[in-house]
Amino acid sequence: MIQYFIDGLVSGSIIALGAVGLSIAYNVLRFANFAQGEILAIGAYISMAFIVLMGAGIGSIGPISFGWPLLGSIVFSIAVTSVIVLVVDSVLFRVLRERAASRITFIIAAFGLSLIIRNVITLVAGADQMFLSFYIPRAIPIFGDIKVVPDDIVILVITAICVVSLHSFLSITTMGKKMRAVAENPILAMVNGINVKSVIRWSWVIGASLSAIAGTLHAHVTQLDPEMGFELILPMFAALIVGGVTNVYGAVLGGFLIGLTEAFAVAADLSAYRSAISFLIMIVVLIVRPQGIIGEKERDD
Amino acid sequence: MIDILSFFIFFFIICSFYIISSLGLNIQYGFTGMFNVGIAGFFAVGAYTSAIITGPDYPDTMFGGFELPILLGWICAIVVSGLAGVLVGLVTLRLREDFLAISTFGIAISIQLVALNAESVTRGPNGLYALPKPFSRFLDSAFMSNLCYLIICIVTIVFIYYALERVVKSPWGRVLRSIREDEVAAEALGKNVFLFRLQAFVLGCGIMGLAGAMYANFVRFISPQDFLPIFTIQVYVMLIVGGKGNNLGAIVGAIVIWGLWSASDSLINFIVTPDYQTQAASLRIIIVGMVLVLMLVFRPSGILPEKKHLSS
Repeated sequence: MIQYFIDGLVSGSIIALGAVGLSIAYNVLRFANFAQGEILAIGAYISMAFIVLMGAGIGSIGPISFGWPLLGSIVFSIAVTSVIVLVVDSVLFRVLRERAASRITFIIAAFGLSLIIRNVITLVAGADQMFLSFYIPRAIPIFGDIKVVPDDIVILVITAICVVSLHSFLSITTMGKKMRAVAENPILAMVNGINVKSVIRWSWVIGASLSAIAGTLHAHVTQLDPEMGFELILPMFAALIVGGVTNVYGAVLGGFLIGLTEAFAVAADLSAYRSAISFLIMIVVLIVRPQGIIGEKERDD
Repeated sequence: MIDILSFFIFFFIICSFYIISSLGLNIQYGFTGMFNVGIAGFFAVGAYTSAIITGPDYPDTMFGGFELPILLGWICAIVVSGLAGVLVGLVTLRLREDFLAISTFGIAISIQLVALNAESVTRGPNGLYALPKPFSRFLDSAFMSNLCYLIICIVTIVFIYYALERVVKSPWGRVLRSIREDEVAAEALGKNVFLFRLQAFVLGCGIMGLAGAMYANFVRFISPQDFLPIFTIQVYVMLIVGGKGNNLGAIVGAIVIWGLWSASDSLINFIVTPDYQTQAASLRIIIVGMVLVLMLVFRPSGILPEKKHLSS
């Protein structure tokens, strides 16, 4: 039972980090980014490329098979994924913004983009599964009968660091405050002299960075394949809506809830319906409490 | 000669399913501005409904095999897809449009999962086979039965086209466009925006379900592999290339894009060696995605832009 719980927290971490990217896109860029799953996939494949190029495996530190090469690949992946996302923004979404295209146009563009990225990955890396390493999780006892896989703890710690950093960024730095202002009311923010363009660029970079981390962690605990982003997007949307779209911490909370539910669905031998279960929870939340658990009612704009 | 003719008959029959889906999407997206990401899902619901109602009794399923008339299967397909639309619509159409997109995406995936895993009804990945095709009992040549099928398709398309043209020119259609242009204004004029949206959404889903049913009874074999998200993207490309908000555009776009898609298929088979078929298939999907994105950026109104309507 405890293992299912930890599995749920681990996959919840990955969903949560990805859903934060969705939340930022939803609140600052103002559309449901259907390409978010593929940004995670890009992050994972960039890490894979780094590890292959370094040729040193993923390394290990004590009982943790989470060595410096893997941490290095995350840093590399954050940088490269951010650049890719900024390029995509400037050739596609920036043009749509300048044309003041409707929100639906943005969503369709993102949906088309997700298909393009998925197939570019197939074209470049092939359709077959890939593995970052031959890592086999080995649980070690920590507390009487309770056994824990050390890497799972590392993943939870990395997620905690990400969430705390994000919170500090949003509440302490000037850019974080500007971002919240733009999310709250873009026109008012602009009138007050906030450079919305740079806020948008920062939003993409933060979303992409968290996605690169989430994608690499996902690749580490499971595997890589071109469909990975597509498989993650529905749980991430469910997390966003369950937690509350207007609140970035709602995405984190929702991510863990969805991760845990999926883990218990697996425990209850319903693994074939995993994605459908997160969808069902999402629908129930939309009916009972459309603003999500900790979200606020949205002003329509 | 007869070979070429039967190729074109086949081409236009398959194209018809896209045309009908594209017309269904036009009422949702083109006229009312609702983004449905689950076209493949509603199409699948129609296909499976008709397959269960008209199909034979399989030894390994617990439900279905009613062997009822095909027309009844198609009507049920419209109704069941419409009901699926009611369910999604009731939950999401009051909220910001992103929620409809996310929910329809979710329902398409869930439908796919049900088709794949509810083996006692859908036979899972093995699919439902030996479905009846209209007139195939009386006409023993494949050519004649395909010709008859093409006629059925054309009649259906003409009927849907004229029905939709009437509908969008009616006061009801004007309300839909007013909601698309300015929801608040429509609401202020006393229109129940939610109800109009729901009606348009359900109508579109029903039409997509019909397309799915017609597909099932033509190819006579359906499996979850037939209802992938690429279908949804194809229909969007067709509608946007043809011209959203224009029913003739929806038809023209479907023919143009299906023509290009089939041509590229033959071209790939002709020049690409079997070792690189996967890559070639990916490249083709990338090109379709690019067409969609480029149209959105450079020519969002399509080949046949929406006619300017003047209210008298």
